Amino acid sequence: MIKVENLAKHFGSTKAVDGISLDIKEGELFGLLGPNGAGKTTTVRMIATLISQTAGTIEVNGFSLPKQATIVRNFIGYVPQALSSDGSLTGYENLLIFAKLVGLRKKEREQKINDLIKLMGIENFSKKLVKEYSGGMVRKLEIAQALLHYPKVLLLDEPTIGLDPIARRSVWEVLETLKKNYDVTTLLTTHYMEEAEVLCNRLAIMDHGHIIAVGSPQELMAKTNTSNLEEAFIAFTGYGVEEGGNFHELRTVRRTARRLQ
Amino acid sequence: MNSEQYVAQQGAYNNIWKNFVKWFNDSLTLGEMEIRRIRHDPTDIFTRAVQPVLWLLVFGETFTKLKAIPTGGVPYIAFMTPGILSQSVMFIAIFYGLTLIWDKDQGIIQKFLALPVPRSAFVVGRTMGAMVRGLSQAIIILILALILRIPIRWGFLNVVGTMGVVMLGSAFFSSFSMILAALMKTRERFMGIGQVITMPLFFASSAIYPISIMPRWLQVIAVINPLSYVVEILRALLVTNEFTNIFLHLGILIGAIIIVIFIATKLYPRLV
Repeated sequence: MIKVENLAKHFGSTKAVDGISLDIKEGELFGLLGPNGAGKTTTVRMIATLISQTAGTIEVNGFSLPKQATIVRNFIGYVPQALSSDGSLTGYENLLIFAKLVGLRKKEREQKINDLIKLMGIENFSKKLVKEYSGGMVRKLEIAQALLHYPKVLLLDEPTIGLDPIARRSVWEVLETLKKNYDVTTLLTTHYMEEAEVLCNRLAIMDHGHIIAVGSPQELMAKTNTSNLEEAFIAFTGYGVEEGGNFHELRTVRRTARRLQ
Repeated sequence: MNSEQYVAQQGAYNNIWKNFVKWFNDSLTLGEMEIRRIRHDPTDIFTRAVQPVLWLLVFGETFTKLKAIPTGGVPYIAFMTPGILSQSVMFIAIFYGLTLIWDKDQGIIQKFLALPVPRSAFVVGRTMGAMVRGLSQAIIILILALILRIPIRWGFLNVVGTMGVVMLGSAFFSSFSMILAALMKTRERFMGIGQVITMPLFFASSAIYPISIMPRWLQVIAVINPLSYVVEILRALLVTNEFTNIFLHLGILIGAIIIVIFIATKLYPRLV
């Protein structure tokens, strides 16, 4: 469903992504695991048609990027790392605007919006302004927005960053439900080991723009002879996951975290 | 649906009319989003009205007594009313790009850019929001003019025309502002450049004095300043009833709007 070969993105002399290859199968929930600054977000943004690559190829459902971006946009749903629902509108309005933009007709629109509101468990809040939502609810609303046009591919950039453990779990539940009941391929980035271990069918460990290892959580642990993903990660990269990241990334993460409180 | 079927379907849809309808609907939807935002929090529409009130009440009343500026026989306060209207519309619209930077920081723009929506619809939709804001400003200032008994023309067509031109002015300056936002990218830099250009745009226009009394170099700037055209058309509608150059002025203004929307559309994706 998503095929990436020798993909690279350079910003000036910084090699954010430096020649990675991935082959994500239909229906998979695939994780990109790595510290801040590993190149996860840049990779997702390229697949989400927002920026174009310096080198390499991207194919989504057989269409190549950036050339066929307008087609690809019809079947991807993207949730960026920052909180992307509009706080000055209600949850319902956020969904309504998106539903109109993806071309749902009036009848289907109401039905779909109500279904998603129910799925996300935000029935009692749909008429409230999003700025009054808790972090977990905003995230779920955002995922709902990304699902309005029945996407084949869901791209989630750090979907649980800054959330407290309870909210994080509620987002995981939504993703589990999607995995079971919807025909959607999901690519998510995370730097939470537990999240990767619980949710992902397969994952790729990313560091300094490279992919160091790919496999199911079990395979990665077996390969390194470790009993959990955290140890496996250290065995692959030589250090723990919290150490990476530069000033700009840290600021973005903190800003998101603050807004989620 | 496999890739081939998809391409075939896209091909069938690929006629200009359907694309235009989609573009138009998307622009309307994005305009609707802006208007819903205003509806949830209309306070800034009223706080924005304070400044023009001060201009008319303090500056206008005082200078009317001085009779220092040649206005062609009309009371100075009537002469300056279209100028203050244009100015306040310009001031609001020129900072409109700030919402773009704010939305970019929140990830809203990125999420929208991954949608199957033509890029120009983003610019046009936001422009529509700015036009509504400008319109609300015009209504407040006209009501104020009524209360102050400023002797301007109150004919139905004069007022409707004024509304239309105010919307055109808002469209130009808000799109121009989006260009600045896409280039500046941070709030600090954007505010800086916004502050730097608003006053020169205001003073190098015919808003509060006629171009004819300006020094030569300033006249040159005033002629290429789109604000002058907004002022001239509004002054024709509200004060002089002198429409010889109206089509030329409208043409220049509309041409300028098309150019800035085009440039803003090209630059908009840089806001990821």
